[in-house]
Amino acid sequence: MDLYEYQGKQYFARYGIPTSPGGVADTVDEAVTQAEAAGYPVVVKAQVKVGGRGKAGGIKLANDASEVRAHAGSILGMDIKGHVVRRLWVEHASDIAEEYYASFTLDRPAKTHLGMLSREGGVEIEEVAATNPGAIARVHIDPVRGLDLGTARRWVDDAGLDETARAQAADVLMALYRCYDEGDCDLAEINPLILTVDGRVHALDAKVTLDDNARFRHPEWDEYAATETDDPREKMAKEKGLNYIGLSGDVGIIANGAGLAMSTCDVVNQVGGQPANFLDIGGGASADVMSAALEVINADPSVRAIFVNIFGGITRVDEVAKGVIEALGRVDLRSPIVLRLDGTNVEEGRALLAPHLTDRLVAEPTMLEAARRAVAMAAAAGVGRTAGRATERESRESEERA
Amino acid sequence: MSIFVDETTTVVVQGVSPTSQGLYHGLRNRAYGTRVVAGTNPRRGGEVIEGIPVFSTVADAVESTGATASFISVPPPFAAAAILEAAEAGISFIVCITEGIPAHDEARTYNRLVQEHPGTRLLGPNCPGIISPGKCNIGITSGDIALAGGPVGIVSRSGTLTYQALHELSQQGVGQTTCVGIGGDPVPGTNFIDCLAAFEDDPDTKAIMMIGEIGGSEEERAAEFIAANVTKPVVCYIAGVTAPPGRKMGHAGAIISGSKGTAKAKMEALSGAGAVVAENPTEAGERMVAIVKELG
Repeated sequence: MDLYEYQGKQYFARYGIPTSPGGVADTVDEAVTQAEAAGYPVVVKAQVKVGGRGKAGGIKLANDASEVRAHAGSILGMDIKGHVVRRLWVEHASDIAEEYYASFTLDRPAKTHLGMLSREGGVEIEEVAATNPGAIARVHIDPVRGLDLGTARRWVDDAGLDETARAQAADVLMALYRCYDEGDCDLAEINPLILTVDGRVHALDAKVTLDDNARFRHPEWDEYAATETDDPREKMAKEKGLNYIGLSGDVGIIANGAGLAMSTCDVVNQVGGQPANFLDIGGGASADVMSAALEVINADPSVRAIFVNIFGGITRVDEVAKGVIEALGRVDLRSPIVLRLDGTNVEEGRALLAPHLTDRLVAEPTMLEAARRAVAMAAAAGVGRTAGRATERESRESEERA
Repeated sequence: MSIFVDETTTVVVQGVSPTSQGLYHGLRNRAYGTRVVAGTNPRRGGEVIEGIPVFSTVADAVESTGATASFISVPPPFAAAAILEAAEAGISFIVCITEGIPAHDEARTYNRLVQEHPGTRLLGPNCPGIISPGKCNIGITSGDIALAGGPVGIVSRSGTLTYQALHELSQQGVGQTTCVGIGGDPVPGTNFIDCLAAFEDDPDTKAIMMIGEIGGSEEERAAEFIAANVTKPVVCYIAGVTAPPGRKMGHAGAIISGSKGTAKAKMEALSGAGAVVAENPTEAGERMVAIVKELG
């Protein structure tokens, strides 16, 4: 789960990482209130989960209330790379002497944590890595032993931070590691970590990705989960406990297992179609889970055909077939369904389904054939729908003429 | 032959109670022919459930039964401790199918195993387990879809795609020596290279099928290993060609970060290493069947 900047800063504060005084605003008036509290000059920052806010005009400096009003008014509602700004972060503007970069993440091949520190902050770290790799000081941290202060102190020396920043920066790194470790982050990144003109080191931005698997021991994450996605399809799926990701095509996908669901999206794409979503319903396929999945897919207006791809392992295909039949009785579907059921007890499962098959519920023996059928059905529905609208309009026009 | 397990492997199931997942899967494994010799439960030591003697600790179970492998399906908050308990009791092969273990717990546990219990191999977590058809099945793979007799070794990061691969081969009469599900988490105990090396050394395995997915760089590292060390034919399939960057596709490890971890990069690396790269699971099965027929 990715956090917004303001949530990241609130999370940092729990672990004692210093940030600028500031607050959240959803309206122009709230922005002025927060600016007065933080003290002018202030920075008005768009809260979106996408990079490049500054270039898009989503970060502005304001010296007084009228400037805050003007900037807040223009940034709220702004579209930044498809993300509409609904919330602002307003904080006291800092006098920056130096900009650094600091982060912790998991180095998967090394199977240890990786800390990165650079005196060239404020730009994308990938850019620094490409143009000046020597400017990044890396430290591998054994997850059993953790980071100690001695290592942190040598690390800030190696990175060549300004002498006046080093002691404070080492403390920030210790706090950031604790946030990353105890706070169960996949990524904890400060870019830039600044040294102010008056000699203080603090975080000017916060990029935090939390490990969803650790949610059971972090009740404080509930508020972040509430703002996690703007996609109404994903919100609905989340409420139903489904593993769903919205995509932009017209073939709805339901599969059991993450790998098979991904593979199903790929195969649809290979035969010339576009998946509308990724949806993994897990190992089994009970009527309850299948109904929930069909409801979510059905609520997506862009879906024109549904491809249900289930491989029965422990869950036998005859049980899956029963679940599908029961779910179809509960959900009133707009789109036709192509079923591909395979695996244990496949013959029994197909026999159960046979009497229910129609031109709106078809079965295909393999993934590839089922994908072709679903893509063809989606295309036909698309043409049919457009033609239907045209016919409707023509008949209305002819009525008007009459 | 097989890798990691065989007909002599004896299994202790951790976390056994009349209603636990562990008992359910343990009984299925036993019904397949796996030598399930013990269960553990701190509150049920001394009981016998469905003919399985239950011990309070793994150490007690090992002392009494000589179990060599353990099977863990306990919920995520307890999984790391269960893995370490098994290692401390001298278990040499641990299968953990638990899904949803925090990445930091996995990283800590993996490093503790390496540092303190170098003789222990962990398979998983978040994997379907391992099956050597006709000999041993630890985990949740359905024995019905596997076929004994070899000559194919399968290693996979994805559960249902593993079943799909087994099914495609078995239906064509092509058997498997061992099928290993390494799981889709960020810090797997056993990786592709461990399995590729073992299959390369196993005289009964004549060809290897490898199923990967987006995220991380394990497939790229496997490609380097194949180029340098694997003489047997390898057929690969990578899921996630259409996956959008920055979104976790179900598995905690399946995420494209920036330009890294894409299916395309992995397919190119594997193809460059001399492996056959199939576009979909069906094609992977067909290519493997053709290779096996050619081998005779």
